[in-house]
Amino acid sequence: MSTIVVALVSGIIFGLGLCVSEMINPTRVIGFLDVFGRWDATLLLVMAAAVTVAGIGFPLVARRAKPIFADKFVVPKKTDIDLRLITGSVLFGVGWGLAGLCPGPAIAALASMSPPILMFVAAMIGGQWLASRFE
Amino acid sequence: MSEANVIGGLSGGAIIGLASVLLLLIGRITGISGILGGVVNWNATKDLSWRVAFIVGLILGAVLYRLFWGPLPLQLQAQGAMLVVAGILVGVGTRVGSGCTSGHGVCGVARRSTRSVIATLTFIGVAMLSVYVTRHAIA
Repeated sequence: MSTIVVALVSGIIFGLGLCVSEMINPTRVIGFLDVFGRWDATLLLVMAAAVTVAGIGFPLVARRAKPIFADKFVVPKKTDIDLRLITGSVLFGVGWGLAGLCPGPAIAALASMSPPILMFVAAMIGGQWLASRFE
Repeated sequence: MSEANVIGGLSGGAIIGLASVLLLLIGRITGISGILGGVVNWNATKDLSWRVAFIVGLILGAVLYRLFWGPLPLQLQAQGAMLVVAGILVGVGTRVGSGCTSGHGVCGVARRSTRSVIATLTFIGVAMLSVYVTRHAIA
């Protein structure tokens, strides 16, 4: 039960952060990606602040042998820089640049009930499902 | 250069970092494509509940913002078929590359994972190229 509550609260806080930072807005994101246009540094500031807070907080939480609300830490252990990592990141980058939407902001933007957002999220889920067929 | 949202960007980023630290209390990394991926392949995942809770929370966060702060800052940059193609690419890419802006870009970089740093530099660089091609080269 506590894992559900913590995950829900974490999701709410994350969603608020996306709105406050305006990263939910594709125009802000494209503004950052458009280095040859009117460049908008906001995304860089968001990442710097988020990485700083997580960089300080993660080691504090991970100092315990196991997490407070679970039996074990489930963190990625892979370290290899392989073709999958690069291919996937390239495909993601192309799509991200086309719409200015990545998974977090797209899901949070469902709150707008806007049909184009619903369409994007449906396509994204379809893409994930499709890729999982080849695993 | 467009006016950056300095205060909102820094405070919003800190809030995002805080949410990620909070999720580590249940032992999980805040990689949103991965959290969603576990729901998409729900039959292969035994830990569905926290994932659904996080995703519901994510939407709820934006709903709360709308209720207490003001309209969602949301101006789309693509429409129709372009939006569908973009969505498919984001879905396939984050699955194949095991992560997106949150998992690799925020959490992975914060954990000093070289793999995530490489992934982040790749997708940001390619996205910049993607924007250049669609908005300057062929537009």
